[in-house]
Amino acid sequence: MDAPIIEAEGLTKRFTSRKATVEAVTDLTFSVAQGELVAFLGPNGAGKSTTLRMLTTLIAPTSGRASVVGRDIAREAAAVRARIGYVGQLTSGSFAQRVRDELISQGAFYGMAKAAAAARADALVESLGLSGFATRTVQQLSGGQKRRLDIALGLMHAPPLLFLDEPSTGLDPQSRANLWEHILDLRREHGTTVFLTTHYLEEADRYAERVMVMDQGRVIADDTAAHLKEHLAGDAVTLGLDSPGSADRASSLVAEVTGREVRRVDATTVAVHVADGATLLPTLLRRLDAAGVAVVSATGVPPTLDDVFLALTGRTLREANLSTADAQPDTDPVAASATAEGGDR
Amino acid sequence: MTATDTWNVMTRELRPVARDPFSVIFSLLQPLVFLGLFAPLLVGESGASLADTLAWFVPGVLVMIVLFGTGATGSNLQYEMMTGSHERTLVAPLSRTSLLVGRALKEIVPIVVQSLVIVAIAWPFGFRANLLGLLLGLVVLAAFGVGLGSLSYALALKTKNREWMFWAVQQSLIFPLLILSGMLLPLDSAPRWMSAVASVNPVNWVVQAERALLGGDLAASAVGWGVLSASAVCAVGLTVGIRAMRASD
Ligand SMILES: Nc1ncnc2c1ncn2[C@@H]1O[C@H](COP(=O)(O)OP(=O)(O)OP(=O)(O)O)[C@@H](O)[C@H]1O
Ligand SMILES: [Mg+2]
Repeated sequence: MDAPIIEAEGLTKRFTSRKATVEAVTDLTFSVAQGELVAFLGPNGAGKSTTLRMLTTLIAPTSGRASVVGRDIAREAAAVRARIGYVGQLTSGSFAQRVRDELISQGAFYGMAKAAAAARADALVESLGLSGFATRTVQQLSGGQKRRLDIALGLMHAPPLLFLDEPSTGLDPQSRANLWEHILDLRREHGTTVFLTTHYLEEADRYAERVMVMDQGRVIADDTAAHLKEHLAGDAVTLGLDSPGSADRASSLVAEVTGREVRRVDATTVAVHVADGATLLPTLLRRLDAAGVAVVSATGVPPTLDDVFLALTGRTLREANLSTADAQPDTDPVAASATAEGGDR
Repeated sequence: MTATDTWNVMTRELRPVARDPFSVIFSLLQPLVFLGLFAPLLVGESGASLADTLAWFVPGVLVMIVLFGTGATGSNLQYEMMTGSHERTLVAPLSRTSLLVGRALKEIVPIVVQSLVIVAIAWPFGFRANLLGLLLGLVVLAAFGVGLGSLSYALALKTKNREWMFWAVQQSLIFPLLILSGMLLPLDSAPRWMSAVASVNPVNWVVQAERALLGGDLAASAVGWGVLSASAVCAVGLTVGIRAMRASD
């Protein structure tokens, strides 16, 4: 069996600015096998970017060690850099540079021959929908176009290990689908290992075979999305009743049948999380009917990774993101939830 | 540092210049204003001929171009640090030294182009330069500019996201250096303390060397001091700049 492509042991990063010390990442130990696609989730400020910045040799860990593609990030930083690709959370292209020029420079940085770099640049410009913008400067691109260039820059040299920090943030749905096509192609053709952060839970759910959830500097879950959802969250079964009185009776009956804690969503609605909602729902309805409780609506919704986060931390990702924004007390909840989904770029 | 890395960093930096060569000419506006408005004043003040005044003034303007051009170049890097593209180059397999040296070396191109344009503009007004002296003068300016550019990059790397601090430090250094170089006004009538400061100001020595070189006095002692000063600025600048780049994250 191949050695892991990423191996971190006790990785810790503390930032000290003025008098305040922030422990951004605490005692992180994990490994990633070659060819894995890992999605790294967590609310704003969880420590995702800091982890990536340590693994890509941008910042030195306060303590702990890690090896990336078989090289130590502290002692063999240059060797690590030669073997990885990285798309940061900010804009990779320099604002004064033209799109195609920047891609060709990137190729040169990674030792590609001129003709190969030009061919690769043209192919990426074409496939990432930047054809009309190749001779524009980065400054003149829209946010999503800039992001597509960032991704093209990260893909130029087809590295065996790719770190992507919120690659899909700011992309329209079509561009996101296109990005994922690229990522999946890379894995198919080159067996590329991909380690990425995202705030789009459904994206992690759909494409990543492994999900790591980080909160306040610690990894609090690390498994396949399916396992996480099954073990930690379960299906959400919600029942609407005809009156508050019925809801009271439904509450105790559902608790008795499922053995789970039943939540009162509002006066006439109750909800419960169960492992197998689809088979439980008919049983529940029969029992309630037999007891003379009038059910007016019933839904069984498969869990999302947001439910996983709720189960793990007692708050949803959205709430966690809001609490990191409490420096601005006037935050409009609508705008704040938009940032929760769109990241903070 | 590898030569290839340095070359790749430098050619990348030069691409926007090559794409938009007029940007180099447009930034000559300020020295041209000085040339057009200051030279007549100096003529009126000293009573010397326009040609003699230009022979004294043009070398100073060339140094001024370097001082303002390379002194501000760090702000480009600072902008790239804020937008994220500097981070990308830090993850690329480029030596830190090359990242700094490549950027510093690219300063030579605008220095040479702009100097030649100024000389060409002054020529019809009676300015004459010794050609070998001009060539050597450009080499001295290039070394001085590489050093100063490196210092500007170092300042940008140290001040990080605090743009105001970059400009505060830059401006509070550049103007005293400019005035105490005798570039715009002769320092002959300066008080003693000023002359003392000016005598250890490398910019002053570079200005004097440029005057001697462009005037054809290649063996003047000022040339030696100017070469020494420019080399020292170059060496110190590169050392400080490379150290700052190594610490960059
Ligand atoms: N250079 C720095 N100096 C001081 N504190 C920092 C620095 N970089 C990050 N932090 C702090 O470390 C914590 C983790 O930040 P990090 O950028 O890793 O979060 P993240 O998980 O990537 O969040 P987001 O989803 O918003 O990108 C935050 O509290 C942040 O304020
Ligand atoms: Mg981040």
